[in-house]
Amino acid sequence: MIEVQHLTKRYGPTTAVNDISFTVEKGEVLGFLGPNGAGKTTTMRVLTGYMPATEGKAIVAGYDVFEQPLEAKRRTGYLPETPPLYPEMTVRDYLMFVSRIKGVPRADRKSRVQDVMERTRVADMAERHCGKLSKGYRQRVGLAQAIIHNPEVLILDEPTAGLDPKQIIETRRLIKELGGDHTIILSTHILPEVSQTCQRVVIINKGHVVAVDTPDNLTARLRGSETMYMQIEAPSSANVKGALESIPGVSSVSVPDMRGPIATFEVNSGAGQDVRRQLASAVVSSGWGLLELRPLRMSLEEIFLHLTTEDTAQQPVVEEAVHE
Amino acid sequence: MNNIVAIAQKELKSYFASPIAYIVIGFSAILFGWFFINLLYYFDRMAMQAAGGMGGPQAVNVNETLIAPLFMNVSVILLFTLPLITMRTYSEEKRSGTIELLLTSPLTDAQIVLGKFFGCLILYAAMLGVTVVHMGILFAFGNPEWRPVLTGYLGLLLMGGCFLSMGLFISSLTKNQIVAGMITFAVFLMFWVINWISSFTSPTTQAVLNYLSITEHLNDFTRGVLDTKHLVYYVSFIAFSLFLTVRSVDSERWRG
Repeated sequence: MIEVQHLTKRYGPTTAVNDISFTVEKGEVLGFLGPNGAGKTTTMRVLTGYMPATEGKAIVAGYDVFEQPLEAKRRTGYLPETPPLYPEMTVRDYLMFVSRIKGVPRADRKSRVQDVMERTRVADMAERHCGKLSKGYRQRVGLAQAIIHNPEVLILDEPTAGLDPKQIIETRRLIKELGGDHTIILSTHILPEVSQTCQRVVIINKGHVVAVDTPDNLTARLRGSETMYMQIEAPSSANVKGALESIPGVSSVSVPDMRGPIATFEVNSGAGQDVRRQLASAVVSSGWGLLELRPLRMSLEEIFLHLTTEDTAQQPVVEEAVHE
Repeated sequence: MNNIVAIAQKELKSYFASPIAYIVIGFSAILFGWFFINLLYYFDRMAMQAAGGMGGPQAVNVNETLIAPLFMNVSVILLFTLPLITMRTYSEEKRSGTIELLLTSPLTDAQIVLGKFFGCLILYAAMLGVTVVHMGILFAFGNPEWRPVLTGYLGLLLMGGCFLSMGLFISSLTKNQIVAGMITFAVFLMFWVINWISSFTSPTTQAVLNYLSITEHLNDFTRGVLDTKHLVYYVSFIAFSLFLTVRSVDSERWRG
């Protein structure tokens, strides 16, 4: 549905986006993740036809955005970083205007406007001027204008920015609902959002794509070694440490907390080696109490930091994992 | 076409939803009224002198003595008010980010520019519309010729169109309304006074400067003369400015 090939965008001497490629399948929700200034907004602006790319190609809903911009735009809904509202218009007037320039047939406009106002929960503010809305409402009116012509592709630049927690949950649910019949790209730097709403993630840093994968796979691929978190009740934690270290496959054991009879242990083993059974039986057979045993997963936050602070961000993820 | 109308309506709505439209129309009306009274007194005196046979001119023509100078005076009002109409057209959209909505909608640049131009032009026509009342008074109590009045209005509409299209272009160059307003005003004034030095220059330069002067072309319109030379000047001025605006909007995309 969306195909980006070797896209490069330069502003004078600065390169905002450098040779990025990715595809989004129909009905998929793709998360676009990156620190501020990574090139997220630039990429989205190129995809929506707001600005042309310096090099490369972008195909949206089957139309090249540079060759057939009007056809591509007709099928794209876009929520920019700041919702593009006219302060002196009422919400209803504004949405009527947008539906008109997006090519919604005259007969359907009224019902479409009513429908999207209800879906985005702004109907109670229909007669309020856009300039008098709170940040949360502005954001949702912005979302309403993006979906008003029922576009095949939705491009949302930080759709939950400025919303309160309840509104964030509602908006995420709305995005998930839309995900079925719309293809969505959303950018964010709120990481839980990605794991909750997106099927796939593109991590971008300094204009380069550093990783493309599902949130789960990313977590798994980035773990260089497996770490188990254990809580064990035993008379001597030093004995436990020794016993755990002697298990084949275990590379190191650290004891972050050894006060009292209950101590916590972090057991590292080589990548892909599952030592949970051996760990459990070693503890139990020694007569100690196994209170907790769970794998420590790298959170998306850590992955993100890891990927975006590496100086050689261009290297593919797999290689970095091996180096660790 | 529908898109142009949509943009024009949006522009008009935002003018009338904010104080801009009322202030522009209201204060122009006050100024026009003042000019009108002034010229009316002058005309009155001239008419009395003529009637009293005190060696004044023959009969006084209301079109020549009152209406034509009045139309010329309107151009002074335009000089100050039209920059206020155009300065926000693009600058405001750029500043508030709504330009992103327009440029990512299935509209061509030309449709956006034309929509904005007609929006401004209609507001300006409404401003001129108020003056119809004064003309009505003249027609009720005197008997002016109506043809020079019509051509005068046509001339004013075209001259205003020139100012508006140029203002639109200047507004498309900057995010800052004040900058747009000031430059527009300076450019208008330049086109206004450009032939002031013409009496000191060579005949060729004089002809060129007179041709460039935007008000010089209005003269014939106010006297009821429809000359294609002036029509061509105004229409090509408007077309060229609008063309520049389209290019400017397009180049904005490339510069990012």
